[in-house]
Amino acid sequence: MSWLYNSLNSSIGKKIIMAVTGVCLVLFLIIHLIGNLTLYGGFNAFNGYVRTLELVKPVIRVVEVVLGLIFIFHIFNGVRLWIENKNARPENYTVKGIRKNTTLFSRTMIQTGSIVFIFLVLHLSTFWVAFNFSGEPEHKPYQYYSIIMDWFKNPFYAGFYVIAVILLGFHLNHGFQSAFQTFGWNHKKYFPFIQKLGTVYALIMAIGFASIPIYFYFNGGN
Amino acid sequence: MSGNINVLLKIWHQKNANTKGGFVDYKVNVSPDSSFLEMLDEINNDLERKGEDPIVFESDCREGICGTCGLVINGEPHGPLRKIATCQLHMRNFKDGETIWVEPFRAKAFPVIKDLMVDRTALDKILQAGGYVSVNTGGVPDANAIPISKDLSSEAFDAAACIGCGACVASCKNASAMLFVSAKVSQLALLPQGHPERSKRVQAMVMVMDELGFGSCTNTYACEAECPKGISITNIARLNREFFNAKFKSSVLEY
Repeated sequence: MSWLYNSLNSSIGKKIIMAVTGVCLVLFLIIHLIGNLTLYGGFNAFNGYVRTLELVKPVIRVVEVVLGLIFIFHIFNGVRLWIENKNARPENYTVKGIRKNTTLFSRTMIQTGSIVFIFLVLHLSTFWVAFNFSGEPEHKPYQYYSIIMDWFKNPFYAGFYVIAVILLGFHLNHGFQSAFQTFGWNHKKYFPFIQKLGTVYALIMAIGFASIPIYFYFNGGN
Repeated sequence: MSGNINVLLKIWHQKNANTKGGFVDYKVNVSPDSSFLEMLDEINNDLERKGEDPIVFESDCREGICGTCGLVINGEPHGPLRKIATCQLHMRNFKDGETIWVEPFRAKAFPVIKDLMVDRTALDKILQAGGYVSVNTGGVPDANAIPISKDLSSEAFDAAACIGCGACVASCKNASAMLFVSAKVSQLALLPQGHPERSKRVQAMVMVMDELGFGSCTNTYACEAECPKGISITNIARLNREFFNAKFKSSVLEY
């Protein structure tokens, strides 16, 4: 299997790892957002969503492990690429023309990704840990909702949440079309559409996720 | 002279790859009809007259087809205009009183030889790994013996327009040579003559490219914007496809 190891460690192999893990995360975010939107339905709607997840708990646990591995591969590979690519130009240009020939989104993947990572750690330590390791099971649904409301009342948490998901949108705007290019699916007829679709997807994700803390910060969960 | 413009040139000087370089200022009064390289020639004439070392830069055909010239002007390989080589750039594209920064192509794989001249042997090494078709000696094959559609031959020709100047590497934030390699792989992969060796070709060329210290492509598309020949990034998508197909289908384990 050393051919597979070598292939995945080649420059194109690393692109493929980024793209495959990225696509998984793109799909995960869609499901995550749909779930989050039940918060707008109030306590009962969200409670129903939580109960549904509780029913398939073993499946959720497997998905969590797989997702964790995907995140680790995506992040490890991204940081590794960033370091290697920095080393490919030991002395940088004095005048940087990069603004004239690339998009802001494509050249800030490491920065937006890093902030999203910091957010992810905070997000898991506030919501995921609290949901999984606190309180009596029968009181949990109520707790979940109130834990979320409590955090969204905190202007720093809500503010950072909003900034992070907007930057996530930046990250996705490049990542979406970039994955298609990496898979070799760049066709003159369809690629312009894919690029637009990626922007629409990124906007929906950024606005969708950001709207929730904004709404509950100002409405206080009432 | 009337009609001339005054520009301040900040030109990179560097003795060799192992020494640190820096910018030297030159104030010049130049005709807007002069080409960028003619302006550098005039500066060099002055320097030689004074008994000083001329600025070292490369050029050959001076009509945009040989790929020898290549300067990074105000941060962009081959200057601010699209789809031209440095030799096709004229001073009319600059304003009177403008400051112009001139740097060499910068990449680990392109060490500086002197001043603005860099060693691009790395690109030749990639070609030697597989950027060719093997043809048995003998009589010249009949023209049109193998039918090829006009669309396909045009697409192959567009890829073959790559002059190997290295502007893609110079413009890429990762100093990746993917556009160059993709053009060279595509021009052969699109045509029947290139098919017998296509699997070996793509694997060998990517392997050598990685060994030579180029960075990895992250799809920023700066290369396409700066390429003097307008080589499309669809070639990079094709290179990726060629690479997966070769890796999955070929039974050769050496790559």
